[in-house]
Amino acid sequence: MSRPTRTPDLGQPAGASLAAGQPRARRLPRRTATGVFAVLTVLAVLLGLTTGLGVVPLVLLVAVVGTLVVVLLSRAVEGARKATDRFVTCLVVGAFALAMVPLVSLVWTVVSSGLPRLDAEFFHSSMLGILGPGGGVYHAIMGTLVITGITTLMSVPIGLLTAVYLVEYGHGRLKRAITFLVDVMTGIPSIVAGLFAYALFVIFFGEGVRMGFGGAVALSVLMVPVVVRSAEEVLKLVPNELREASYALGVPKWRTIVKVVLPTAVAGLGTGITLAIARVIGETAPLLVIAGTTTATNLDPFDGRMATLPVFAYYQLTQPGVPPEDGINRAWTAALVLIAIVLVLNLVARLIGRVFAPKTGR
Amino acid sequence: MAKRIDVSDLDIYYGDFLAVQDVTVSIEPRSITALIGPSGCGKSTFLRSLNRMHEVIPGARVEGKVVMDGVDLYGVDTDPVAVRRQIGMVFQRPNPFPTMSIYDNVVAGVRLNGKRVKKADLDALAERSLRGANLWDEVKDRLDRPGAGLSGGQQQRLCIARAIAVEPDVLLMDEPCSALDPISTLAIEDLMTELKERFTIVIVTHNMQQAARVSEHTGFFNLSGVGQPGRLIEFNPTEKIFSNPDEKATEDYISGRFG
Repeated sequence: MSRPTRTPDLGQPAGASLAAGQPRARRLPRRTATGVFAVLTVLAVLLGLTTGLGVVPLVLLVAVVGTLVVVLLSRAVEGARKATDRFVTCLVVGAFALAMVPLVSLVWTVVSSGLPRLDAEFFHSSMLGILGPGGGVYHAIMGTLVITGITTLMSVPIGLLTAVYLVEYGHGRLKRAITFLVDVMTGIPSIVAGLFAYALFVIFFGEGVRMGFGGAVALSVLMVPVVVRSAEEVLKLVPNELREASYALGVPKWRTIVKVVLPTAVAGLGTGITLAIARVIGETAPLLVIAGTTTATNLDPFDGRMATLPVFAYYQLTQPGVPPEDGINRAWTAALVLIAIVLVLNLVARLIGRVFAPKTGR
Repeated sequence: MAKRIDVSDLDIYYGDFLAVQDVTVSIEPRSITALIGPSGCGKSTFLRSLNRMHEVIPGARVEGKVVMDGVDLYGVDTDPVAVRRQIGMVFQRPNPFPTMSIYDNVVAGVRLNGKRVKKADLDALAERSLRGANLWDEVKDRLDRPGAGLSGGQQQRLCIARAIAVEPDVLLMDEPCSALDPISTLAIEDLMTELKERFTIVIVTHNMQQAARVSEHTGFFNLSGVGQPGRLIEFNPTEKIFSNPDEKATEDYISGRFG
C-alpha cells in the first residue's frame, strides 16, 4: 500500500554508490516521508470511519506504520546510514508532535470556550451589580495591569542590581550566599509568597487585610529571582574584552557597566524581564490570599480588594452563580484574555530582542 | 606627550602564584619597545601591569615600582583610572563596542567618561584619530555604520584609533597583529612607525621578524620551567638582540633552537 509514487532509478544495487564512484548517492524523492504519512493518514481516516476505531489508536498506528515504511524504504534505496537518519528524524518529529498535543488542545479549548463572550461589553464593563448574563473584566484587567506594573517596578531594579552585583562585583562567600538564596527563592511555591505578603501586611493593617499592593509584594517575591537569574546569564555573556577595552580607555568601572555592559546586554535583559512579567501575570494563588477579588473597578492598590484576571477566572468558575453558564463563559473568556496578554508580552520580548540586538551589518 | 617608564623590582602575582619575577627595565619615550618570549612567560602579564589592567583580574596584584615621569603608578594616591587614561592599550583580538557605530567607537573614550564636548570638536577628534590610525579614507563615508561590521584588520585599526583618541602618553599593544593577515599586519606596523613620533609604544609579539622590523629595543622573557615565574632575561637594543645577544637563552630562542 505504500509504494512511493515516484520510484527512483533502481538500475544499480543499493550500497554500490561509494564503491562504483557513482557521482550521486541515490536518494528517495523529496517529500517521500511526508507523502507516506499523508497516504497513511487518509487510510487511517477511512479505517476510522469504517471500523469506528478511536483517534488515539489510529494516530499511534499511523506513527508506527509510517516510521516503519519510511525506514524500510530508505534502507532499501538509500542504505543503512541514511535509514538511521530517517528513523531518528521520525522520532524527533514524533516527540515534537507529542509535545504539541497539550498546547494545541489547551489553545483550542480556551479559544472555543472563550469566544462566545469575547465582545465589547466584556472589555469595558465590570461585574458591579451583575448577577446573570453580561458583565465584563474591565476591573480585572485594570487590576492585573496595576498589580503587575507595581510588581515590575519593584522587581526589575532589585533583580537587575542584584545581577549586576553578582556578575561585576561579587566574589567569595557573599556571592555564593546570594546565588544560593536566589536559587531557593526560585523554588518558593506561589501560595507561600502570598502567605508571606499577607503575614507582612497583617503586621501593619491587622487581620483580614486585602490590598492590591500586597499582591504586588507577593508577586515580587516570585519575580525577583527570575529577573536575577535571567539578567545574570545575559550579563555573563557580555565579553570580558569589552569591559577591558573600556577600562583601558580610562573609564571607571561603574561607567563601564552603565554605558558598555548594560547597553550590550539590553536585548537579553529586555527579553528576560518581559518573560519574567509573563511568568507572574498569570499567578493566582498569592492574589487569592492577599488581593482578594471585587466586582467593582478599584484602581487604588492601597485601598482594599482588587480584582485580577486569574482570580476573576477562578471565582467565575468556582462560584458561577445561577444559571452557571454565564459565569463559566466569563471564566473562559478571562482565561483567553490572559493568554492573549501573555502572548503579546512574549511577542514584545521577541521584538525587544530583535531591535536592540548588537548590529553587525556592514 | 610621550613619556618614559621606569620599572624596578616588579613582581606580578595571580593570587599566590608568582607569574613574573623581578623585572627592572626602562622604557624609552618616542620609541617602540618589543617584548618577545615563549607563551606563558609573562610578557602580556607584564604589559598589563604597566597600565594597571592586571589588577582587573580577581586576585591579581603587583609588588614593586612602576614610575612614569616621577609618578609611581602603584602609589597609594594613584587612581588606576587616571593611569589608564595616560597609558592606552590595544588588545590581541579587535574589540570594538558592538552597540556603537564606527564614529561612536572612536570617541568612546571621551563620551564614556561623560565629558561635555562640542559636536564640532568631537567630529574633529574622530577624524584626527581615524587619520592617525590610517583608517579615515576607508570609513569616512560610513561613520554611522556598526564598528563590528568592519574587517578584522580595520577593526584593529579602529581600536587603535579609539585608543589614541583619548590622547594617551603611552600605547601598549598586546599582540595586535596575531589575528590579522600579512597585509593588515603591514598596515599596522607602518602605523606604529608613524605613531612612535608621538607616543611611547610597547608591543608584545610572537613574531620575531615583527619585533626586528619595528622596534628600537627588545626584551626577551623566559621561564625556567612549568610553575616557575617568568623573568626578563635580556633587554637590549633590537639590533644587538638579533645579532649578538648577551644571553645564550636569547640566542637559542631567536635562532629557533629553543627547549
